Amino acid sequence: MSNIRTNRLLDSMFKYVGIACTLLAIGVLAIFLGDILIQGIRRIDWSFLTSLPSRRAERAGILPAWTGTAWILGLTAIIAIPLGISAGSYLQEYGTKNRLAYIIELNIANLAGVPSIIYGLLGLQVFVRLFAFGGSLLAGAFTLSLLILPVIIVATREALKAVPNSLREASYGMGATKWQTTWLQVLPAASGGILTGIILALSRAIGETAPLIVIGALAYVPFVADSPMDEFTVLPIQIFNWVSRPQAAFLVNAAAAIIILLGITFVMNGIAIYLRNRWQKKISW
Amino acid sequence: MKPIEAKNVNVFYGENHVLKDISLTIKENTVTAFIGPSGCGKSTFLRTLNRMNDYIESFRKKGKVYINGKEIYDKDVRVEDLRRKVGMVFQKPNPFPKTIYENVAYGLKIHGMKDKAEIDARVEKSLKQAVLWSEVKDKLDKPALSLSGGQQQRLCIARTLAVKPTIILMDEPASALDPLSTAKIEELIHELKEKYTIVIVTHNMQQAARVSDRTAFFYLGELVEYDKTSVIFTHPSNKQTENYITGRFG
Repeated sequence: MSNIRTNRLLDSMFKYVGIACTLLAIGVLAIFLGDILIQGIRRIDWSFLTSLPSRRAERAGILPAWTGTAWILGLTAIIAIPLGISAGSYLQEYGTKNRLAYIIELNIANLAGVPSIIYGLLGLQVFVRLFAFGGSLLAGAFTLSLLILPVIIVATREALKAVPNSLREASYGMGATKWQTTWLQVLPAASGGILTGIILALSRAIGETAPLIVIGALAYVPFVADSPMDEFTVLPIQIFNWVSRPQAAFLVNAAAAIIILLGITFVMNGIAIYLRNRWQKKISW
Repeated sequence: MKPIEAKNVNVFYGENHVLKDISLTIKENTVTAFIGPSGCGKSTFLRTLNRMNDYIESFRKKGKVYINGKEIYDKDVRVEDLRRKVGMVFQKPNPFPKTIYENVAYGLKIHGMKDKAEIDARVEKSLKQAVLWSEVKDKLDKPALSLSGGQQQRLCIARTLAVKPTIILMDEPASALDPLSTAKIEELIHELKEKYTIVIVTHNMQQAARVSDRTAFFYLGELVEYDKTSVIFTHPSNKQTENYITGRFG
């Protein structure tokens, strides 16, 4: 009898502990967001978005930073998406399931967990020095592409795995080749899942600072990049730079830039969730 | 020329000997039913006829399979051409998650047809052949998955007919359908017989009796008996066949 009572007690205790943990997490997020918003929201105006950085906090803007982020994001997408989808499709649809495939699979999963600064060091050696891209947008984009490739490959494979075999059989049964089946039927059917993975990967890339600092992205960039070979900065580096200054006015700038960065990330995650829901609704096997 | 001729076909999945020395000939413009309990190899044999087993890695085959006089496992056979000539309808309706029109046009497009008017005409003709046209002609751009199960299955048949096969393999085409849809499919099989050679796997004995001209009874990977349907169902020469069709096992 007492056993039941202890279990009941444990049960209700666990419920309250769980609620407390959840509230703690939400509370921290709320305090963080509130603090940032109170500090930074008034600083955001048109000139903040369209001004170059400056030694005087009230005149400084984030034009080079957000355009740099946009450049990096665009280039990374161009490089990583075709590579990631191709690799994922190959591994899932074409590759034979042998020991080698298993080892590759394991390593891709491991790569997704490698600290980003290691990718920075790799990028510095390969893209900056060996390929002589210098500390350019291109070097940054290639480095971040390596960083998010495993995520896209894994997402592609998972999405392809979810496509029922009956769809492939239907296509093969019509006399379609493997390429036609994969390209015209399986990939489109998996596109929702793949797209979700891509967006989540890109929103990871948007927040990366360490690898870009390692490859030599600059903290002070008084111009807007107009070619992939230009030097650059991105929002997180700009924020890092402002936060590390002693003047309080720069902290306000940093808060404002954080709001912009968070806004972009939230919008991207929102798109990913929307696409996932729409995809799940559209295709019911 | 015989549409389908199998000579001493043996099939293995790894160590598993699933088809044992199957030999049979199927005549033109007939419906042949494969019956037998689950796991007896009838579906495997059906899939051997258009090489759908190629995707199973442990699959091995011995013996000869001739389609229209040509050994289909020869190196110079393009499996895509084979499957175009030997169409397949599956157990569960599996339309592509695209529009009704695209489902039928897909086969034409992958085989290189580009002329829009020609494709339109062939889509219409195929849907009419599958007795689906009147039900879908106003909603060709609607998703195929919005159709009922029976309509989806007839769409799958239309899709198969579009690429002009000579042989159609059906793997329990009505087992996932309600009685009314089943009746429609059977009626359709009856009509299609005039132009095509049809092989149908079924668990439904009455269905086999209704639609087929000849029936092959498979048991434990062997072809036990193969004869005119009327003979199989009235005077089977084999005891096992008799036990199966009278419902004593299986």
